[in-house]
Amino acid sequence: MLGSGFREESIRRGVDFGARLIGCDAGTTDFGPHLLATARSQFSRSAIKRDSGVILKAAVQAGIPLVIGSAGGAGGDANLAWMRDIILEIAQENNLHFRLATIHSEQSRETVKELMRKGRVIPLTPEVPLTDDAIDQSLHIVAMMGAEPIQAALEVAEVVVAGRSSDAAIYSALPLKLGYDPAVCWHAGKILECGAAAVAQRAAPDSMVAVLHADSFDVFPMRHDYRCTPQSIASHTLYENADPFRLTEPSGTLITLQSRYVAIDDRAVNVSGSTFQAAATYGVKLEGARLVGYSTIVPGAIRDPKIIGQLDAWLERLDENLRERLRMTVGDSLKYQLNVRIYGRNGVMGSLEPQDRVDGHEVMLLWDVISPSQELSHAIAASLSHMAVHNPIPEWHGLISGVAYPFAPSEIDRGPVYEFHLNHVAIPDTPTSLFPAEVETV
Amino acid sequence: MTIARLGDVAKLIRSKNAGPFWLTLDVMFDDPVVYRAVRDQQVVSVDVVSRLYRQPTERLKVFAHDSALAIKVSMPRPTSSGSPLDSDVFGGQQYAPLLDLEVHLQEDMPPAKPLPRSEEIE
Repeated sequence: MLGSGFREESIRRGVDFGARLIGCDAGTTDFGPHLLATARSQFSRSAIKRDSGVILKAAVQAGIPLVIGSAGGAGGDANLAWMRDIILEIAQENNLHFRLATIHSEQSRETVKELMRKGRVIPLTPEVPLTDDAIDQSLHIVAMMGAEPIQAALEVAEVVVAGRSSDAAIYSALPLKLGYDPAVCWHAGKILECGAAAVAQRAAPDSMVAVLHADSFDVFPMRHDYRCTPQSIASHTLYENADPFRLTEPSGTLITLQSRYVAIDDRAVNVSGSTFQAAATYGVKLEGARLVGYSTIVPGAIRDPKIIGQLDAWLERLDENLRERLRMTVGDSLKYQLNVRIYGRNGVMGSLEPQDRVDGHEVMLLWDVISPSQELSHAIAASLSHMAVHNPIPEWHGLISGVAYPFAPSEIDRGPVYEFHLNHVAIPDTPTSLFPAEVETV
Repeated sequence: MTIARLGDVAKLIRSKNAGPFWLTLDVMFDDPVVYRAVRDQQVVSVDVVSRLYRQPTERLKVFAHDSALAIKVSMPRPTSSGSPLDSDVFGGQQYAPLLDLEVHLQEDMPPAKPLPRSEEIE
């Protein structure tokens, strides 16, 4: 992934080998909804600039196209502008000249509402309720482009910086345009999108090369100390996919049930036998983020076995006392959420935890107050932390101090918090209609 | 016959988000004999995962991936990644309950025959 690093010599080796395209995925939803919501990048500008500089110079000097997808991380317009700016700066500093296409993937609320009205926004599983109000709350919405907008950009530019993109489309767009078998293009793209993640033992991120044939492709790493094995390549269809045999793309589904993975030598693997089933309806995934509120957290720990032994009752009592106090101080109709994660019981897995009990001798409580303002969340958290420390249990007679706070102040303001609130596919007029591009000569 | 824990015989057991709304767990092996035993004994089945993770069976998908020597489980996340109620933004620490599942291994199991094609298993 762009910004996570790779060796310059690996890129050079790939170009010397005769690469006809350099592709790089720059995005993910992994880090959370805040990056889309706030148009920020997980990786620093200098990290992105270093990686972009290596591939931009290599591509321009070799006269081959460069495609960067999901620019800026989330692929919104501000992320895209940030990435374009970095590309222009690298070009200027290195006296590089090329045509640059910038493909937008951000969707206005009106566009999405219009698609909804036409019945062209289809929920995926798990179904997330979607209303006009939910759309209005969106800070940013992006649609995930397939190969077609990138192909159109490659007609008029050598360097393509694309907004939110299907990871595999970054690599499949060019060979699909050249007429290669869609199954070969999409499966190769799927393997390449995480670079050296598909090697047997990866020490650090690096790059991979795929060589496409009529009905199969070969894949191998550029670092000499990395190896691809049939198992490591087959395993990559497991990674981050809910279904390893049916990988959905806007234009259809890559089916790997019959795929064969054969070692060519001790570092390279040939993949054949995949099929691509064209979709009846072309659909692009939507991603959206909205503000949930402002969070103040309070971490506190308990060592007393008498309190730990009745944790639920103790928490319930605390909740009652807190609500009563808040009615007196900030009013009845208060809109706030109070969540508590109990580390030492089910703090990591929550409702999925099979051993929903305390086995150890101490627990960590992490309270999270979320309300429409930071001030209110902080006020609630301040009452909470004071009440919690003195929250009584029947076994002790007299005032107790039952919570160990590791920090003073005990309340930590976390600022705005967000959530992904779209799990939908949109049916566009055409594969390129939601993805306008700008072309400039650099 | 010996009884082994998956945590002791798997090459890698991991979990991860598959997009913000899905969680996916992979149990991967090096040895085709062990993989086949786990697959054929349905050590990681929809019913087992349903009980362990307290999820209704209709929310679960379980796959046997013969080329990867891996069993895969996918389920919708209880809450989307990074949202206020989430406790594991990458979904990376949700696999531990699978470590204690048990597989029966015969001392002199025959070498693995070519595996049939991968499939979705119930």
